[in-house]
Amino acid sequence: MRAFTYERAGDPAGAAKAVAATKGAKFIAGGTNLLDLMKLEIEAPTHLVDVQDLGLDKIEDTDEGGLRIGTLVSNTTLSAHPRVRQDYAVLTRAIQAGASGQLRNKATTGGNLLQRTRCPYFYDPNMPCNKRRPGSGCAAINGASRQLGVIGTSDKCIATYPGDMAVAMRLLDAVVETVKPGGDTRAIRIADFHRLWGDTPHIETVLEPGEMITAVTLPRPLGGKHVYHKVRDRRSYAFALVSVAAVIQPDGTGRVAFGGMAPRPWRVEAADALLPRGAKAVIERAFADARPTPDNAFKIPLAERTLAGVIAEARS
Amino acid sequence: MEFNAPAGKNLFDTAKVVGKATPRIDGPLKTTGTAPYAYERHDVVAGQAYGWIVGSAIAKGRITSMDVEDARNAPGVIAVIAAPETKPVGTSQYNHAPLFGGNEIAHYHQAIACVVAETFEQACAAAHLIRTRYQRSDGDYDLAKAKPDAPLADGDKAPHTQGDFDAAYKAAPVTIDATYHTPDESHAMMEPHATIASWEGEKLTVWTSNQMIQWGKEALGKILGIDPENIRLDSPYIGGGFGGKLFIRADAVLAALASKAARRPVKIALQRPLMFNNTTHRPATIQRIRLGARSDGTITAIAHENWSGNITGTDGENGTAQTPKLYSGDNRMTANYIATLHLPEGNAMRAPGEAAGHLALEVAMDELADALKMCPVELRLRNDPAAQVPGNPKKRFSERNLARCLREGAERFGWSKRKGEPGQVSEGRWLIGMGVAAGYRGAPIRKSAARVRLEQDGMLVVETDMTDIGTGSYTIIAQTAAETMGMPLEKVRVELGDSRFPVSSGSGGQWGAASATAGVYAACVNLRRAVGEKLGFDGDSATFADGNVRAGDRNFALRDAGMLSADGKMTYGDFQKEYDLGTYAGHFCEVAVDRYTGESHIRRLLSVCDAGRILNPLSARSQVIGAMVMSAGAALMEELTVDARFGYFVNHDLAQYEVPVHADIPHQDVVFLDTLDPVMSPIKAKGVGELGICGPGAAVANAIYNATGVRVREYPITLDKYLDRLPQVA
Amino acid sequence: MSDRENFSVSRREVMAGGAATAAATAIPPAQARAQQPPDTVPTMPVAFQVNGKQVKLDVDTRTTLLDTLREHLKLTGTKKGCDHGQCGACTVMVNGVRVNSCLSLAVMHEGDEVTTIEGLGQPDNLHPMQAAFVKHDGYQCGYCTPGQICSAVSVLEEIGKGIPSHVTEDLTGPMRATRDEMRERMSGNICRCGAYSNISDAMSEVAEG
Repeated sequence: MRAFTYERAGDPAGAAKAVAATKGAKFIAGGTNLLDLMKLEIEAPTHLVDVQDLGLDKIEDTDEGGLRIGTLVSNTTLSAHPRVRQDYAVLTRAIQAGASGQLRNKATTGGNLLQRTRCPYFYDPNMPCNKRRPGSGCAAINGASRQLGVIGTSDKCIATYPGDMAVAMRLLDAVVETVKPGGDTRAIRIADFHRLWGDTPHIETVLEPGEMITAVTLPRPLGGKHVYHKVRDRRSYAFALVSVAAVIQPDGTGRVAFGGMAPRPWRVEAADALLPRGAKAVIERAFADARPTPDNAFKIPLAERTLAGVIAEARS
Repeated sequence: MEFNAPAGKNLFDTAKVVGKATPRIDGPLKTTGTAPYAYERHDVVAGQAYGWIVGSAIAKGRITSMDVEDARNAPGVIAVIAAPETKPVGTSQYNHAPLFGGNEIAHYHQAIACVVAETFEQACAAAHLIRTRYQRSDGDYDLAKAKPDAPLADGDKAPHTQGDFDAAYKAAPVTIDATYHTPDESHAMMEPHATIASWEGEKLTVWTSNQMIQWGKEALGKILGIDPENIRLDSPYIGGGFGGKLFIRADAVLAALASKAARRPVKIALQRPLMFNNTTHRPATIQRIRLGARSDGTITAIAHENWSGNITGTDGENGTAQTPKLYSGDNRMTANYIATLHLPEGNAMRAPGEAAGHLALEVAMDELADALKMCPVELRLRNDPAAQVPGNPKKRFSERNLARCLREGAERFGWSKRKGEPGQVSEGRWLIGMGVAAGYRGAPIRKSAARVRLEQDGMLVVETDMTDIGTGSYTIIAQTAAETMGMPLEKVRVELGDSRFPVSSGSGGQWGAASATAGVYAACVNLRRAVGEKLGFDGDSATFADGNVRAGDRNFALRDAGMLSADGKMTYGDFQKEYDLGTYAGHFCEVAVDRYTGESHIRRLLSVCDAGRILNPLSARSQVIGAMVMSAGAALMEELTVDARFGYFVNHDLAQYEVPVHADIPHQDVVFLDTLDPVMSPIKAKGVGELGICGPGAAVANAIYNATGVRVREYPITLDKYLDRLPQVA
Repeated sequence: MSDRENFSVSRREVMAGGAATAAATAIPPAQARAQQPPDTVPTMPVAFQVNGKQVKLDVDTRTTLLDTLREHLKLTGTKKGCDHGQCGACTVMVNGVRVNSCLSLAVMHEGDEVTTIEGLGQPDNLHPMQAAFVKHDGYQCGYCTPGQICSAVSVLEEIGKGIPSHVTEDLTGPMRATRDEMRERMSGNICRCGAYSNISDAMSEVAEG
């Protein structure tokens, strides 16, 4: 780990300013992803701004009947919140399908959105990786790509966004609230938050330098049956091969989002509309532009079968 | 003491301590975090500095330059050892790959440098400042590609044959011919390889984590070019080994070299992401099995061919190991081929050979049963050999109760409820199936020595360089000594893992429990004689019980003997060579497979084991359930993924190399038959730690077939390999 | 040029280490190349409680809570299995909540209360969970054991607090310490010796009181 200086910020705008002011500075909250990567020098911040004292750890009802989740709310706290369990069960399900109890106790809402990929070539500093070292090449495309992306990828990078929480948030049309170093705030639809890789896979979100997530808001509850099915090689403590988040109404309409497939939680609204026609129709629409590798082509039929199971479960 | 004839009735047949379920005597230390593992021994020597190992970025080639200047100048750095500046260290009979020194790179993450600094953080940061240039050369990394040209292993000139396999196979009314693939696997023990090294003049002490103290001492002498008598190894607690800590690895070598360079004690733990490519692994296999049978299930022809690879083209994973032993059949052929692959070093991992071999042979037997429309338990019973070893008729089984294991297992498991036709049972979205496999693992026994000492305070101290790698050695050794000396368990203290103690069998090949306890017994017999000599009676015929000695009509308290010490060693006569010493099991599994996603869940696991006297049923059971878990992992998820372009194992950490977690494993049942093996030792015990990994994975695979009707012959059985063959859904 | 078509391992000369592998997103390679090792290492004071005792340290900012415990405070009961949050051997409780101490910096714990395995019980004064592990042989090599026990104690508390899990069927109903609940919640603690079935027995005994 490279040497760095450390400070604890007192207020959100101050924190953003502190990061913007120091070249190579980063925010740290839970630290579960950042420190992992710092130990491998995949991340090498020169300065850490600890945001844990900012008081952004509350969950509040919004005037619109939704929920506003402070960026520092831990995964555990969020998943256990009575209103989330009652009204946004898919979010509880998704969070509890990720990582481990220990990690969920530390991981924060904002940090989880910024979780970096688990591509094995990204994780090995000896290997070419356009995300870790732009221009060095992508070792994954013709390499061990079983876990990697099938859609929204590019000729420079086929990594996935690896998390679960954000898949449910995408399903729920959450909004990410931020503060910029100058004190300006903005609201970013989660659909727009994660970038597709294109030619710049090292740029993963639309956040500007120093811009800090302060909260995530959920719109009014959708009702319906909430399901999150995560398929993985072991039953717990593993990243998804495919995950399916769905809210399905009694009439068979609903929404569906997929994890483990793309650089961002994958949802195609036009495919949602096909839910009453069954899994096959949805998958054909949602993954029409898929470009899988021979290693991960199975993910598409797996997504279809998983969704078929989810629909069956919702109907039962 | 030489054991040169089968044991008759002896004190172990009326044992009060041995054979009783006994909580581990080291349990209170392990559960409170006070058992000291190698890296944690702050108290053994002052001034410990921290070492960090740098691994090669290429798999094969040479280092053309290494710039260590920035690292040397970094804060806190005491010394930097660079491979190009270091003469290659020696090798030992136990290592295949070079451990350190010179410019040649033989495998990915081979150690190429070590940075020593005042703190862990400084060492790690400085290590990242080393810049290395390499010239990459071509290597062979793909077993399937290397297979056609792979020569026979072990100096064999021809396959091992008996009768006429080809003719019998051709003539057989029912045959199967199937090829199975098992992947490279990692030991992935929880404690990384770790060593603290310290020199005093020519004398080197390594506090390390090693299964085989004497091997380690000899090997480290050869590697460093010093007299092994100047080396002390100390390894009282070992956080898992599974064969991965049988040998000296880079942590010990570099701690020793770095300590010399730094003139300070140095401690090093291999970083987890380095372990998978830097150390050893179980090599992948390709196995072709052909079986021919009469329609009543009698096997007439059996052929098992195995291909694996290793960095030196020797010592691969021989999947045929169990095949000459398990089933009868007059016409046989086994052949073991080995390719040279430039992947990291393949070496022993829990039940080397058999663990992979059962994943093929025991599925082939299931396929044969299916072809015969016969119950797979019945098929195995039909071909259970009589006294002679089928593949080596010069030997006979010392004690074999495989049929009992299968019958009793079937009864307990409710096997009769299994539907022979696959894909017939479902519960909602789940397809349910049952599978069975037999298990065989050799029961080697090795000479082993110990010292026992009566102390002033009435304690009996046992000292031996035997190791406890989680196997329960501390407790079974204490039980053996307590039994033989007629003392309560609480009065026995056991000291292990120090090369200053008498040389034991060490831990490996499931020989440890039987061998080390026999050695302790030999030492105790000598101590009884010494007590007798001191107090004036015949130690051999006296009765030692409850802290007292009865010799004829005379009674003594053991404490009357005062402080006494005796060494003893058990060795084994040639008579054992007439026998095949083995352990046997019947493994049963029930799985549920999600008809939508193909996710498979293990619901029940049972192993019925025949392994001689069970010294401590509590810890022996743990050995078996743990091996079953590892076998389940091999069946369902474990695989070191080879990148054949770069020549390395891609998934080199514990997030990417998935081993089973709590949620994967249901309640497990283990039954030990009440069998004894008098050919083994006076104690009539055999090991169980590897028996449990021989077969359960095949039972899982067979259960998945029974549930789904889909046969996957390429491990691990992940859902992507059979999703397209599952029934259509919605 | 598309890496999809043209990427190969053809560049015979390979450079690794230092700048070559540096994090491109944090520091551009050119800048990293010129970066000299710092002459000094930033340290900071931090004070927190460990097992009820106040400790004050001046630590390298990079020092994890795990290494602080093991190397500075010599509380070696907390284990380092992977140092990357992938095994759970380093599990401790911070302010009553279990965390991976390997993925937390010591300087982030100002004022916190840390409980390690040494704080739960001692060889002659075992915590009920420790005693249950001994009784049910809930370990083998012992290396993951302190982490398993810290997690096991926490898991029962988490169930008691009504925190749901991946296997909880009814998210709004009462939480029960079933075997499946415990297995799922313990899955962040890997035991390569495979003592899971016995750990489940030990936990059930404690859960049933």
